[in-house]
Amino acid sequence: MSFIEADNLKKYYKTKTREVKALDGLSLSIPQGTVKGLLGPNGAGKTTAVKILTTLTVPTSGEAFINGVSVTEEPDRIRRMIGVSGQYAAVDQKLTGFENLEMIGRLYHLSPQNAKKRANELIELFDLVEAANRPVKGFSGGMRRRIDLAGALIVNPPVLFLDEPTTGLDPKSRLDLWKVIKDLVSAGTTVLLTTQYLEEADQLTDSIAVIDHGKVIAEGTSDELKRQIGGQYVEVSLVSPDDIPRGKELLSSLSKETVFEANDGRTISVAVDDAAVMLQKALRIFAEANIDLNDAGMRRPTLDDVFLSLTGHQAEQEA
Amino acid sequence: MTISYQVDVTGKLQQGLSDSWVTTKRNIIKLRRDPEIFVFTLIQPIMFVLLFNYVFAGAINIEGGNYTQFLMAGIFAQTVVFGSTYSGSAMAQDLKDGIIDRFRTLPMGNAALLIGRTAGDLVINAASMAAMLLTGFAVGWRINSSIPEALLAIGLLLGFSYAFSWVMVLIGMSVRSPEIINNVSFLVLFPLTFLSNAFVPSDTLPTPLRIFAEWNPVSALIQACRELFGNIPVGIPVSDSFTTQNALPIVLIGIAALLVIFIPASILKFKALAKV
Repeated sequence: MSFIEADNLKKYYKTKTREVKALDGLSLSIPQGTVKGLLGPNGAGKTTAVKILTTLTVPTSGEAFINGVSVTEEPDRIRRMIGVSGQYAAVDQKLTGFENLEMIGRLYHLSPQNAKKRANELIELFDLVEAANRPVKGFSGGMRRRIDLAGALIVNPPVLFLDEPTTGLDPKSRLDLWKVIKDLVSAGTTVLLTTQYLEEADQLTDSIAVIDHGKVIAEGTSDELKRQIGGQYVEVSLVSPDDIPRGKELLSSLSKETVFEANDGRTISVAVDDAAVMLQKALRIFAEANIDLNDAGMRRPTLDDVFLSLTGHQAEQEA
Repeated sequence: MTISYQVDVTGKLQQGLSDSWVTTKRNIIKLRRDPEIFVFTLIQPIMFVLLFNYVFAGAINIEGGNYTQFLMAGIFAQTVVFGSTYSGSAMAQDLKDGIIDRFRTLPMGNAALLIGRTAGDLVINAASMAAMLLTGFAVGWRINSSIPEALLAIGLLLGFSYAFSWVMVLIGMSVRSPEIINNVSFLVLFPLTFLSNAFVPSDTLPTPLRIFAEWNPVSALIQACRELFGNIPVGIPVSDSFTTQNALPIVLIGIAALLVIFIPASILKFKALAKV
């Protein structure tokens, strides 16, 4: 059994209008000291999976274990092994950074002295000195996430759950937070990280599980997944939406892969083997066909491409 | 490997007490920092004492009696009962903000969080109580009994509001919206505090309302406090109903009943949060 093991987790609940299958047979296994990324769109079941593993919610059926301890049967023991940081496990906005960290330390049953000491250490470590004595409410998103993350690390837990740690952050804060997480990971913590960003999973994880409709639909390292969905894309943006059908026809002459039409109704793309050559070719054939372009270029696969390729449908933005 | 860090506080009871104290402290820090709570806790009760006293006591003349003496216990009771609303709205807000989920991933006891919630609110209510007592003195209200009796009255008021905090905490977890809590509380507490003997003796009410007012636990609370403060003024009739004549035991039983029902109910509801 792996260090973290989830076996056929199902979580169904009823709303007024329908039955929602938040998880529909999700299985995971994460070796000790590795970082697993759960990648998927909103509503795919990432957060539900983390909530079950962190004892916040019980599964309708299925089992999960951390270091052999059942999350449903011995939640108290699980809570001594885990640190949680995410959108739903927040810090108190009215308390200062220091007060939040001290309080969490006390609730892990550190003595008042040790809780204070640990709070101060983390404030140094996470560069939160200016935030230490001001209520969290006034902080920037990046600073708040750092406090949140520091809260998860009070007792240096062997297992860390990071639920969309950088969603909503500006690029600079995201890079800063990535650095913090990378440092942690190199210290040997076992991490489960959820994200909507392929690049984030790419940067931080050893292995990725792609989730859709409450199930793992693909698993592997980011390189393996990318190989699976094609290396690079040629993408063109058309001046007139009327040209889409002809544009698609032209692009499909470049590759065997399905041509992908973006939501804007003007942009089409296709996975290709040799992107630079194919881009030149694309420009030539569009010019010959007299189709005007707004933009053309190569790009790396995105989450949308992963989904299109793996599921045949676009990543839905369910709330 | 299961526990990789030094646990300083050991033993279930010690941990429970420590957790309760830590979460109580959190609520007290907020009291200092949140102007909204400050107004709610101190300014509003002072305003109520002044307003009701000057509006009503001026208009209601009692031959040889003193309406201020009669009124004050009613205002105290009304204010501390309304004070329990905060337990519910704060609980709903904490759930909404995700703070509760953070706590639920920590190795703290389930009950501790709720004890901390209600105990912190007890501190808030005690502050309100102190502000009202001082304002009451300033407008001429007096304690005409002994200090132990007066302390017992204050204890009843705070005990009753504490018991009601547990009711509100349960409602707060059930509706999960701070705004709804305030509306529900208004709909429940407004009739409960006004259809009582707070402002006028229940004898003056039409029969159905009179029966409600006589059996209203808030009336028993107010009557018991009037007796204990030595505030049964001449000129205002005291109902000879069973509940009025036995106000003190009824309040004590009422407080105990609320606690016995709503503490376990709230803890069960809290544990059931994992089921959704």
